[in-house]
Amino acid sequence: MSAAIPFTVEARPDTGLNNVKIGIWLFLASEVMLFGALFASYILLRVGAPTWPEGSGILNVPLATVNTVVLISSSVTMVMAWASLMRRNFGKYRLYMGSTVAFGLVFLVIKYIEYSSKFEHHLYPSTSTFLAIYFTLTGLHALHVLGGMTINAYFLFPGAKMWKTAPEQFTNRVETAGLFWHFVDLVWIFLFPVLYLL
Amino acid sequence: MSAEHEIDISKHVRAYILVFVTLMALTLVTVAVSYLDLPTPGAIALALAIATVKGALVACYFMHLISEKKLIYVVLVFTVIFFLAVMFGPLLTNLDEISL
Repeated sequence: MSAAIPFTVEARPDTGLNNVKIGIWLFLASEVMLFGALFASYILLRVGAPTWPEGSGILNVPLATVNTVVLISSSVTMVMAWASLMRRNFGKYRLYMGSTVAFGLVFLVIKYIEYSSKFEHHLYPSTSTFLAIYFTLTGLHALHVLGGMTINAYFLFPGAKMWKTAPEQFTNRVETAGLFWHFVDLVWIFLFPVLYLL
Repeated sequence: MSAEHEIDISKHVRAYILVFVTLMALTLVTVAVSYLDLPTPGAIALALAIATVKGALVACYFMHLISEKKLIYVVLVFTVIFFLAVMFGPLLTNLDEISL
């Protein structure tokens, strides 16, 4: 007797998709609304404010540029990790997935340096409306990076055991983790110009 | 593993590298443009246009939206509608006083 969950790999006849794919996209749709609401708050606060500081005057643009490069690189290594599994090359998967986790860590370290320098200069969320929305948006984003890294690290180490028993399902899991990771990258692509450059 | 499948993945990988290079270039362009001190509305429009192109590249290629099943597109059409509503709906309350 088997109690296997159906449609984890094979497509459902009515949707043409496996359930994992639909699940992650519905989740990402809810994430779009979460960040969308905060971006909307940003716009409303900005157009309603008598003056608005230039992000580059308060924030560290070079560090954030490096972080943009780091996160885009991590997206590429993530998609290459998935492509390596599609090519049945587990060694390369390990290399690319390891790089993805490492890039995530670099991003968070740089973010920590940025936050610390703000606190050292007594710039807190309560200091101004700009800093309040800056810390809210980047803090929520950093939590997403941390969450994505945790999932990726799981698939790099203990979760990778599944490659031996169910390689197709494991490949699907990595693709799904990748969809989340790329979304986190996508959010940063908008956060960076909105907060730092405009 | 069929040879055809292998060729298909190789094509994907080439696209990923091309997208990566384009994303890096656009990042540099965004930062460079911000130093030009354009008037605010122009700077916002340009920065958001570049970010939209970058976001679209990530979504289409890394997230495979360029060749996805219909149901995912249906989910995303609804997401876009609600996203636009939440982005611009609240602004309607502020229409009289908007100045960039």
